[in-house]
Amino acid sequence: MLNNINILLPEIFLALSTFSILMIGVFIKNSFNLVFNLSSLIILVTIAIILNSSNDEIKIFLDSFTRDAYSNFFKILILISSLFVLNASKNYILDIKLGKFEYPIIILLSILGMFFMISANDIILFYLGLELQSLSLYILASIDRDNVKSTESGIKYFVLSALSSGLLLYGCSLLYGFTGSTNFDLIANQLNKENVGAVFAMVFILVGLAFKVSAVPFHMWTPDVYEGAPTAITSYFAVAPKVAGLAVLIKFMSIPFVNILTEWQAIIIFISIASMILGAVAAIGQKNIKRLLAYSSIGHIGYALAGVATGNISGYESSIIYIAIYVVMNVGAFSCLYFLKKDGEYRENISDLSGVSKKHPILSISFLIILFSLAGIPPLGGFFAKFYVFTAVLEQKMYALAIIGLLTTVISAFYYLKIIKTIYFDASVVTFDVVKNNFAKLSVFISCAILLTFFLYPSILNNVVDTLFIN
Amino acid sequence: MDFPILSTLIFLPLVSSFFILISRDKKNNNSAIYISLFSSIATFILSLFVWYSLDLNSADFQFVEEKSWINNFIKFKLGIDGISIPFIVLTTLVTPICIISCINSIKDRVKDFLIAILILETFMIGVFCSLDLVVFYLFFEAGLIPMFLIIGVWGGPRKVYSAFKFFLFTLLGSVLMLVAIIVIYWLTGTTDVTQIYEIKIPKEYQYLLWLAFFSSFAVKMPMWPVHTWLPDAHVEAPTAGSVILAAILLKMAGYGFLRFSLPMFPVASEYFTPLIYILSIIAIIYTSLIALMQEDMKKLIAYSSVAHMGYVTLGIFTFTKQGIEGSIFQMISHGLISAALFLCVGVLYDRLNSRMINTYGGLVNYLPIYSFLFIVFVLAGLGLPGTSGFLGEFLVLTGTFQKNYVVAMLATIGVILGATYMLWLTKRVIFGNVNNEQVKNLKDVNSLEKLMLTTLAILVIFFGFYPAPLMDTINISVDNLINNYESAIQTSGIN
Repeated sequence: MLNNINILLPEIFLALSTFSILMIGVFIKNSFNLVFNLSSLIILVTIAIILNSSNDEIKIFLDSFTRDAYSNFFKILILISSLFVLNASKNYILDIKLGKFEYPIIILLSILGMFFMISANDIILFYLGLELQSLSLYILASIDRDNVKSTESGIKYFVLSALSSGLLLYGCSLLYGFTGSTNFDLIANQLNKENVGAVFAMVFILVGLAFKVSAVPFHMWTPDVYEGAPTAITSYFAVAPKVAGLAVLIKFMSIPFVNILTEWQAIIIFISIASMILGAVAAIGQKNIKRLLAYSSIGHIGYALAGVATGNISGYESSIIYIAIYVVMNVGAFSCLYFLKKDGEYRENISDLSGVSKKHPILSISFLIILFSLAGIPPLGGFFAKFYVFTAVLEQKMYALAIIGLLTTVISAFYYLKIIKTIYFDASVVTFDVVKNNFAKLSVFISCAILLTFFLYPSILNNVVDTLFIN
Repeated sequence: MDFPILSTLIFLPLVSSFFILISRDKKNNNSAIYISLFSSIATFILSLFVWYSLDLNSADFQFVEEKSWINNFIKFKLGIDGISIPFIVLTTLVTPICIISCINSIKDRVKDFLIAILILETFMIGVFCSLDLVVFYLFFEAGLIPMFLIIGVWGGPRKVYSAFKFFLFTLLGSVLMLVAIIVIYWLTGTTDVTQIYEIKIPKEYQYLLWLAFFSSFAVKMPMWPVHTWLPDAHVEAPTAGSVILAAILLKMAGYGFLRFSLPMFPVASEYFTPLIYILSIIAIIYTSLIALMQEDMKKLIAYSSVAHMGYVTLGIFTFTKQGIEGSIFQMISHGLISAALFLCVGVLYDRLNSRMINTYGGLVNYLPIYSFLFIVFVLAGLGLPGTSGFLGEFLVLTGTFQKNYVVAMLATIGVILGATYMLWLTKRVIFGNVNNEQVKNLKDVNSLEKLMLTTLAILVIFFGFYPAPLMDTINISVDNLINNYESAIQTSGIN
C-alpha cells in the first residue's frame, strides 16, 4: 500500500498542496503574490519528485494507473512549460487586473487532470482526468469575466468541449460494451478487426481527442478561444493541453487500439492532412496575432499527427520530439506578446508590429528566430522537428502525406514571413512601453537559445525519447 | 589533418558576426566594418591556404571532417575536392568586396547588414563544403533567411514583393529536395554522399529523385521558366545583395548538379538531358532577347545572368570534359563578372539614385576610369577572347558540339545576342550624348570603388589569359566525375 502511494506521490503532492494554497488564498487577503509564488514552488517540487522517481513501468490500483518513462516524460514537459507560461504571465495578469489567486490554482488543477490522463491505463480514470483538465480550462478561458470576448470564448469552449466529451464518453461506453473491460490492456486483447462496434467506439474516442488537440475538423473553437482569452491563458492553452492530448492519443494507439491500427491510421492521416492544409491556408488572412497563432498551432498539430499516423514507434517518437520543440517555440512566441504594450494596453494586431525592429531590436530578433523556426527553416529547431516527422513518415512510404505536408510548410511560411515583413520591412509606427517582465524576457531568451543552438546537438531529444518506448 | 580547417572556415564569419553584435559604436560604424572586413579577409586568406594545400593529383575528398551529429543517423560530414574549392574561394573573395561596397551604399542599420552578410557567408561556404545531404540542405536553405532580410530591409521600393517571391520560390523547390533526401536515406541507409556514390541508387527510383533535386536546383539556378524571381530580387536588392546573389547563390545550384544530380543519379541525368538542353536553349535565347528590351540596368544584368546560367546547365549535361570544365569556369567567371557589373551599377546608383539606362549617357566624358572598367566588364560579359567570359562559353560550346550540334548552334545565337545587349547597354550608358545635366557633376570612382573594381578586372583578365590555376584544380575531379558517370551508364545498360 505504501509502495503504491510512493508511485502516486507526484499526483498526491500536487493535489494536497494545491488544496492547501487554495485555503491560503481563501483565508488570507491579497494573497495573489503568495499563492503565485507557492504554486511555482509546487511545480518545481513536483518536477523534483518525478525526476527522483524511477522510470520502471509499474501499474497499480488494478492496473488502472501506470507510472513509466513515457508518462514521466510528458509530466515533466507539461510542468516545465506551465512553469514558464505561469511566471511569464504574472506581470501581464496583474497589469490587466486579473490578479486573482484562483488563476495559478486552476492551472495546477488542470495539470493534475493531465497527469491522470497521461498515466491512466483505464478508460474511467482517463475520463476523470480529462474532465478535470477540461473543467479547469473552461474556467480559465472565461477568467476575465467582465470582458465580453473572454466570456464568449469560455462559453464557446464549454459548449463544444462538452459535446466532444460526450462523444468521447459515448465511445468509452461502447468500448466497454464490446470488449467487456475498461482496462487498456484487456481492451487490447479483446479488440480485433471483426469487432465492428469497437471500431465505432474508436471513432468516437478519436473525435474527443482530436477536439482536445484542436485538429481539423474539430478545431472551430481554437481561433475564438485563442483570441478571446487573455494572452496568458492563451499561451497556456497553446502548450499544456496539446502535450497532454498528444500523449494520450499516442497511448491509445499503442495500447488499447493496437490491433485496429489500420482503421485508426486512415482517420489520423485525414485529420493530419486537413489540419496542415487548414492551418496553412486559414492563417493567411488573419490580422490578430493570437488568432494567427491559433491557426498556426492547428497546422503544427497536423504535423505532429503526421508522425502519429505512421503507427510505429519511430513515428511516435518523432511526434513527441515535434511537440516538445513546438512547446519551446510557442512559449517563446507568446512571451513575446507580453512586450507589445502601448499606453497601458496590450496590442494584439499584426499591424501594431509595423517597423518594430527600429525601436526594439532585441524583441524583433526574437520574433524573427521564433517565426522562422515555426516556419521550419533550417538551421533552427523547428526544421529538425519537421525533419524527424517527415523522416518517420517517409519510412512508411507515405509519400502523399509527406509531400502535402512539406508543401503546406511553404504556404505557412508565407504568413510567418508576413509578420517578419511587418516587423522588419514596414515603416515604424509605434514605440511600445517599457515592460518590466524579467521572466518573460528569460523565457523568450531561453526559447530562442534552444532554437538557435538546437542544430549543434540535434539528437539531444532523441536520446531521451528513445528510452520512452522500451517496454 | 587533425585541425578542423573546414569548420574553421565555415564558422569564422559566424563567430565574427557575434563580435559585431556586441561591438559598440557611437556615431559611425567603423568598428563593425573593421571587424567584418578583417574577418572576411582572414577567411579569404584561410581559403587560399586551403586551396594551396589541397592535393590536386587526387580526386578524393580532402580535409574530411566527420562528427556524429544526429545519433546513428546522420553525420556532420565536411570535405572538399577540386570542384568545390574554386567556389569556396569565390565566396570568400566576393564577401569582402561586398563589405567594402556597403561602406558607400548602406546608410541605415549598417551593423545589422554586416551581420547578415557574414552569416550568409557561413552558410554559403557550408554549402560548398558539405558531404552529407542533410548538412547540405541545412546550409542551402539557411541562406534564405539572411538573403530575405537583405532584400527586404535594405531593398528598393518593391522589396516586399521581391523578397517574398525569392523566399517562397526557393523554399517550394527545396522542400521536394528534402523529400528526396529522406527517401534516399531510406533507400540506402545513409545520407553520406561518398557512400551513396558507392551504393548506387536503383534505376527505377532515380528518375523521381532526380526531378525532386532538379526542382530545387532549377529554381536556384535559375532556369527558364522558374527564373522570374531573379530579376525582381536583383532589382530590389541593395548592391551587395545583388552581388552575392549573382556571384554565389546562383552557383549553388550548378554546384549541386555536379555534386549530387550527376554522380548520384547518372541514369536519370542521361534520361533528362533533352529536357535540360531545351530549357537551357530557351533560357539562353529567350532571356537574352528580354535583356535586350530592359530599361533598368540591374534587370538587364539579371536577365543576362539567366542566359549565362543557361550555358552552365548546358555544359554540365554534355557529360564531356570540355563541357563540365567549361561550365565550372563559366560559373566562376560569371561570379566575378556579374559581381563587377552589379557593383558598377551600384556606383552609379549611389550617385544619382537611378538605375534607368536613359538617366545616363556620355559617362565616358566625365567618369573616364569608371567607363574604362565598365567596358572591361561588359566585354568580359559578352565573352571577348582574353577575358574569362570567353573561355567558359567557348568550352561549353565545344563540349556541346560533341554531343548535339543543333543545340550548340542554337546556343551560339546566344553569344551574338549577348554581345548585342551588352554593347547596346554600353553605347547608351557610357557613350552617346549627355541627356542628363546631373551627369556632368558626377565624381569618378573613389579609391574604395577603384579597389573593388580593379581587383575584379585584374582577375577577369588574368583568368582570360591564364586559366591554368583554375583548370588544374578542377581537372582531376572532373575526370573522376566523368569516369564514374560513364561507368555507371555502361553498367546500367543504356547507350
